[in-house]
Amino acid sequence: MSARLLTRRELLKTAGALLGMGAFRLLAPYAYAGAAGQSPLRVGLQAHRTGIGAVYGKWYERTARAAIRTINAQGGIAGRPVQLVVEDDGTDPRRGIEVMEKLALQHRVDFIFGTLFSNVVVACAPRAAELKIPYLVVSEGYHVPSGKLNRWTFQPGITDVRSQVTAVAPWIVRNLGRRIAMIFPDYAFGYDHRDFFTAAARRLGAEIVALVPIPPTETSFVKYFPRIPRNVDVIYHVMVGPAVLTFVREMGEYFGRRRPQLFGFIDSLEGVDLGSPGLEFLEGTYFWEALPRYAGQYNTLWERRFREAVGVDANGASRTDPRDVSTYSHMFGVWETLFVIKEIVERSGYRNRSREDYRAFVETLEATERFEEGLGHPQGPKRFVGQIHQAFGQQFISRVEGRKLRVVHRTRIEESLYPPEADYRKQPL
Amino acid sequence: MGRASGMRSGKHRVWGLHLGVLGGLGVLQFVLPPYHLGVVTRILLFSTYALAYNLLLGYTGLLSLGHALYFAAGMYGAGLPVYYLGLEAPQAFPVGVLGSAVMAALVGIPALRTTGLRFSIVTLLFGQTGYLLTLYFNRITWADQGLSLPLQVPPVLRYHLALLLFGVSLLGSLWIVRSPFGRVLVGLREHEERTHLLGYDPFLYRWVAHVLSGALCGAAGAAYALLFAYVGNAFASVLYSVYPLLWVLVGGAGTALGPLLGVALVTYAVEVASGLTHAYLVVVGAALICLIRVFPQGILGSLRKRGGRWLP
Amino acid sequence: MPSPGLLALALLDGTTSGLLLALTVVGFSFSFGILRIVNVAHGEFFMLGAVLAWAVVTATGSFPLALVLAPAAVMALAVAVDRLVLRPLRYAAQPTVVATLGVLYVLQQLTLLLYGPEARGVAAPFGATVEFPWFGYSGYKLAVAGLSAALLAGLGVLLRRTDLGLMMRATRQDPEMAVALGVPVERVYTTAFALGAGMAAVAGVLVVPVQQAHYLMGLDVLLLSFVVVILGGLGSLGGTVAASLLVGWMDSLVSLFFTPTLARVFTILVVALVLVVRRGGPWAERAE
Repeated sequence: MSARLLTRRELLKTAGALLGMGAFRLLAPYAYAGAAGQSPLRVGLQAHRTGIGAVYGKWYERTARAAIRTINAQGGIAGRPVQLVVEDDGTDPRRGIEVMEKLALQHRVDFIFGTLFSNVVVACAPRAAELKIPYLVVSEGYHVPSGKLNRWTFQPGITDVRSQVTAVAPWIVRNLGRRIAMIFPDYAFGYDHRDFFTAAARRLGAEIVALVPIPPTETSFVKYFPRIPRNVDVIYHVMVGPAVLTFVREMGEYFGRRRPQLFGFIDSLEGVDLGSPGLEFLEGTYFWEALPRYAGQYNTLWERRFREAVGVDANGASRTDPRDVSTYSHMFGVWETLFVIKEIVERSGYRNRSREDYRAFVETLEATERFEEGLGHPQGPKRFVGQIHQAFGQQFISRVEGRKLRVVHRTRIEESLYPPEADYRKQPL
Repeated sequence: MGRASGMRSGKHRVWGLHLGVLGGLGVLQFVLPPYHLGVVTRILLFSTYALAYNLLLGYTGLLSLGHALYFAAGMYGAGLPVYYLGLEAPQAFPVGVLGSAVMAALVGIPALRTTGLRFSIVTLLFGQTGYLLTLYFNRITWADQGLSLPLQVPPVLRYHLALLLFGVSLLGSLWIVRSPFGRVLVGLREHEERTHLLGYDPFLYRWVAHVLSGALCGAAGAAYALLFAYVGNAFASVLYSVYPLLWVLVGGAGTALGPLLGVALVTYAVEVASGLTHAYLVVVGAALICLIRVFPQGILGSLRKRGGRWLP
Repeated sequence: MPSPGLLALALLDGTTSGLLLALTVVGFSFSFGILRIVNVAHGEFFMLGAVLAWAVVTATGSFPLALVLAPAAVMALAVAVDRLVLRPLRYAAQPTVVATLGVLYVLQQLTLLLYGPEARGVAAPFGATVEFPWFGYSGYKLAVAGLSAALLAGLGVLLRRTDLGLMMRATRQDPEMAVALGVPVERVYTTAFALGAGMAAVAGVLVVPVQQAHYLMGLDVLLLSFVVVILGGLGSLGGTVAASLLVGWMDSLVSLFFTPTLARVFTILVVALVLVVRRGGPWAERAE
């Protein structure tokens, strides 16, 4: 608890100094004292506190708390204080449904947000439509923009996998090579990579020489590497789950110094210290990042304030425990989503859980075309495509140097766009 | 266990008790707040699943570790035609049930050549195969992510349908185990040799019980998919093969109401504990350890032993 | 057709993982064969071994110390589980399934609470990669294979050459007769249970530099435990080792011919078929 108070004080001090409004800002916590008579706005976080998503869940929850502290310190949303309600879904679709109904029907929250794992998202989306409550996920999956979900499900805080790979594919083909082998997990997250990277690479004239899906719960990977031809230029790898370190190290042992170029998605190493034993061999390889983990690589005022508020140090770890590494390339999405809620509630005049207010919220969000970079959007500006309920942002490519990630390339938002294949706005509300 | 004598006596009490329980569940819908209506709806569906499992474990003495295969077969059997062929829910439901019955019939042929622990492991392996096949055919199933189905059922209707399914399953399985067929099954469980000598083919009887159990699991899976508009392979994972075992052992294997009691207890244990502490699984785990110490045969199983011999 | 180099790699990797698997599951086999219970929480002993190893190495920097302390702590825990959970249930088959599932929940969640959800590894005590003509292979993994083999051999000697081993074998064959002959069966139960848990913990320690400690890692082991134990024959050490090696080789070799997930399906169906066809179990009859 004391750590949390400390964080808030530090946050406010920094914020105040930076804005040159020190005195005013230090009083900010009390700014909503006058508004406290108003009923709070309640937001429900569907959190992966247990189960396979627990590392992400922990940081999603910390980020949500930090965002809400920040929002409340600035006077809340539409003058109302914001209250966070967290329920653990165990990273399980069945429990996810239960938790969603609990948040909506028992806790009576105004909005539900923050789900990562796509199985929970896809299971819960129909429930959101039934309960008629906006469901704002931070999942990366291509499920929302695919048009397969519904009018109540949004992804306004993080770019989806399809647009990530569309944005980075040209750089990979141009700089690393044309003969590419893909290693990816044999589940939905991997399929998004498989399908959309393959398509993007082929358009650029590259050749996918091997596809190696890895079954879930695999703990040893050596046996899969022989499937990769010796003459590839690039291994494109993306793994999630507790075995990623093993995967990376065994790849190092197998290929040794004869390794081809490596391009990975940081998802493989979210929550993992790049200084961990066995990761030496990643030196000189490349990673996609959504938001650079190491301080100073995307050096903006808002990024610094975000990092400070959540309590992350210059290496992307917790300020109180350097071994506790964050999921920096994903959790900003939770922060941005809460600020989207704030913006849309204020613009749409949303007051309570009535049909009209929800209609106004949904329609206002769908009509929104961009979110400006700022305190609410530290990862950068976003393009929002209302037809498919999906946000698009810039992406980063970083190189491992001295066991840290240094940004070598940043893609423009335009590079991550693809033509929408659906229109949720046509569905009845 | 002296079940045979218990079965013949108190016929009216037995049917009275079960109709009473179903009546009580029918009344619950007017009392429950909306959230708990949803919880009990799911309890009824998973109780149907547990009932199906109990048919095999409790009455036939076969401990399967692969029943998620049949639950999932029902789920995919009903869900995929809705998603890809635009089938309506009432037509998709029997497809799911049929799918799981066929699956149980096929798997039963090799698996029932074994008994005891060997049967548990063989079914575990078939269950895992089913799970891996949902990955292999990911372009259709979308594996873990699964598919949202374009269906919406009003919550109260959902409750009615779940209760109907559970009621039919409960009375149906009660009827089966009290029929001559059911007595042969119990006979096989208690004295395989003797029953065999009386001219009953153990394989055939077990196979029929296995298919019935599989089809009923499939009915639960199909109903879950159609009522909650979701199909995904989490329900094909080994965890969902272990759950029915847990539920049935907690409620009482070989008791008619044990499955319902087990599902309800475990569900509400998680519900209550997660409201108290983040570490709710510690509470649930400790509760399981204590509970089984007091009721080693499951709650209803132990109660029956301690005096309620008439309990089916 | 895979090259000889790839076949060699597959066999080598299969042997390593097979030996480690044997060490991990031998305790499950003991519970099954001697105590006649299904210990669903067995994988958690493996997990705790790994997590404690991480804690000890992080605190002291000494891997050998972890190799002693972590298994010792896990064995103490196993004794407690035996006394507080299993013995009061008189080792009855079905109730112990529920109770050990409860133990699994408690241990997993406590680990999540105290250790966290991350996967964390430690540096291998020695790092060298052994370069083969076609590929590189971790020297540490080779050492793990050797140490596992040595421990399993030691266990074999214990079972065959000591009074304790004799009592364990007697209890496994016929507990009633063992009681009649004056074997302190309950003590044998406790010892076998703790010994098996300790072996799993050693495997857990050995695996941290290769595979990281994670609070859910026990579940993966559990599935394989069932397969190996039934394939190898209940409570049989030789059978467990043979079945583990078979599973390790199958898994590696089949992966050369099929896509990974299909390889799994193939392996599983072959094992199922073996179980159905050879009702006695390949090694069950001549176990011990």
